[in-house]
Amino acid sequence: MSDVRHRDDLQEPAWLRVALIALAVLVMLSLVVLPLLMVLGAAFAKGFGTWLESLTQPDAVSALKLTLFTVAIVLPVNAIFGTFMAWAVTRFEFRGKQLLLSLIDLPFAVSPVVAGLCLVLLFGSHGWFAELLREHDIKILFARPGIVLATLFITFPFVVRELIPLMQQQGADEELAARSLGASGWTMFRRVTLPNIKWGLLYGVLLCSARAMGEFGAVSVVSGHIRGLTNTLPLHIEILYNEFDSTGAFAAASLLAGLALITLILKFWLESRHGDALAKSHRRH
Amino acid sequence: MATPLRNPIVDTEPSEFVGTPIAAPARPVTAAHSTTPAGPVTLGAGTPAPRPSRSGMDLHLRQLSKRYTGVAALDGVDLHVEAGELVALLGPSGSGKTTLLRVIAGLLHPDAGQVLFGRDDATRLSLRERNVGFVFQHYALFKHMTVAENIAFGLRSRPRSRRPDKATIRRRVEELLGLIQLPGFGDRYPEQLSGGQKQRVALARALAIDPTVLLLDEPFGALDAKVRVELRRWLRQLHERTGQTTLFVTHDQEEALELADRIVVLREGRIEQVGTPDEIYSDPASAYVFDFIGRANVLEGEVRGGRFHLPGHARTFSADAVPEGAARLYARAHDVAPGEGDEGIAARVVAAHRLADRITLELHVQGQARPVELDFAATPGLTTPAPGSELRLVPLRYRVYSSAG
Repeated sequence: MSDVRHRDDLQEPAWLRVALIALAVLVMLSLVVLPLLMVLGAAFAKGFGTWLESLTQPDAVSALKLTLFTVAIVLPVNAIFGTFMAWAVTRFEFRGKQLLLSLIDLPFAVSPVVAGLCLVLLFGSHGWFAELLREHDIKILFARPGIVLATLFITFPFVVRELIPLMQQQGADEELAARSLGASGWTMFRRVTLPNIKWGLLYGVLLCSARAMGEFGAVSVVSGHIRGLTNTLPLHIEILYNEFDSTGAFAAASLLAGLALITLILKFWLESRHGDALAKSHRRH
Repeated sequence: MATPLRNPIVDTEPSEFVGTPIAAPARPVTAAHSTTPAGPVTLGAGTPAPRPSRSGMDLHLRQLSKRYTGVAALDGVDLHVEAGELVALLGPSGSGKTTLLRVIAGLLHPDAGQVLFGRDDATRLSLRERNVGFVFQHYALFKHMTVAENIAFGLRSRPRSRRPDKATIRRRVEELLGLIQLPGFGDRYPEQLSGGQKQRVALARALAIDPTVLLLDEPFGALDAKVRVELRRWLRQLHERTGQTTLFVTHDQEEALELADRIVVLREGRIEQVGTPDEIYSDPASAYVFDFIGRANVLEGEVRGGRFHLPGHARTFSADAVPEGAARLYARAHDVAPGEGDEGIAARVVAAHRLADRITLELHVQGQARPVELDFAATPGLTTPAPGSELRLVPLRYRVYSSAG
């Protein structure tokens, strides 16, 4: 009873409700849906054949391969270190924990371009590690390692940020119970910790992969834009666009958008299906 | 229960428990503790670990101390728990009772002192090595495992050389399900159980590993009042069957009085009194214990020449061995009776509460800041005194404690 009355009290006049909802829908349509449709429209403007052709040219294929290569390294690394980090932060008390927590957010706070420049400063020809790298003939900048490092930096927080509130909320009791029953550290992790966080971990990995595929700023600084070698999909799009090859640019963009849509659908499915197993506290993305 | 049950099970606990003694399992679990191992129940036979005797193992705590950021949570605790005893660690929050339990379990390491299981020093052993059965207030069942998998967890986690075969584990799980009166619940998930059922599963999970001692951290704290009373009676019966050395933490004196063989009252990290429930209730060692163990009336006064004097009243009370000076007289409401003529202490009725079988009076005694409660059986023909009326109080049983302590 009281619930119903409560809602009545909150009820705004009908015209206001309609106007607000219409406004929200309009904004979404004009800012999000319309541009996406424009991209798809431009991509297929000269027909499916041209679209396929622009995507199968060697530079595009190599850009797609490099993007997938980067994602294939970044995802497991972030998943593993993100889990370790979340574990350390939620299960142990130590000096400087708050500082560490703030540092986790650094990649979100800092502009990706700055992150890229940091790598240049460290590994560039005049950087801190320049000598060491030259001695051992290791190339990081303007090569794949640089791109992977830049992407790692940018996407590190996604998994940790998802797992910390989740593990805090679940507490350590189940893990302690497993220990008291004689389980080894590994058994406890495999049979108790991991099953409890698996959906949250998957969610974090999903967000991480979306970002890793789309990252532009940091990667742009360290890549060197060598066609067929160090161009990722976003960089490839920019080059094509700057060369007025809009069909090619939009074709590649539609591919990136398609990957993002798949991520979005998976994310939606995860939230609707396993929402109770995800961290409930503030979700940032 | 905070989370809505996806597949709600009707909570049948009340009828399940009232007056039902524990059903004997097909093969009593107590056999696992007997000195003559009986067939498949003796799991992990041939292990170097000593087999617990029928009544479990005794426990020595020596000078245990633990500080948190400068504050003493435990301050030189000495305690001996007999094999097979059921002991309550009782105290308000911050008294150190949970810290003590966690130190015994190995969840916390003491700054100083020793924990001995039998004759073995366990102080340096980790939680995993101690082989204690630990039951958490919020059950800590493994959510993604069935009840049977939860109970089997400890046995399955053993190193291969000490792990019983699958059939043995299954049999053991069935026995324990019988012992906790949840036969046929093996395939359910924790979220399908009521709070009381969850706590019984947690207990079975802890018992499955034949623990040296069973440690329960506020085991009934998260349950409804009714289920709580039933479950603790059931736990008492279970303890009588298994004879497991058991310590449990509680802040509920009623729970401690009903359930425990002995009660350890803690205060600011120290043991205030150890005794049987009868000793603790009828002979509290200090005003703190008196106050904590039940509702108390307090009269402020002073001790002069071995007698307790109430300011403004002629009547004095014996106060042997209480130091001279400010003191307090403690008496339970039911140990104070209305007096005849001029005997006892003059008091005025402030409020009267008529209950079905009792009458409770709130009284004002001249010179006292706090009201005094009087509780007497409402025998037929007795009328409830009106507020404002005068009567006399006679403390039948009381104790005097120095205010300094």
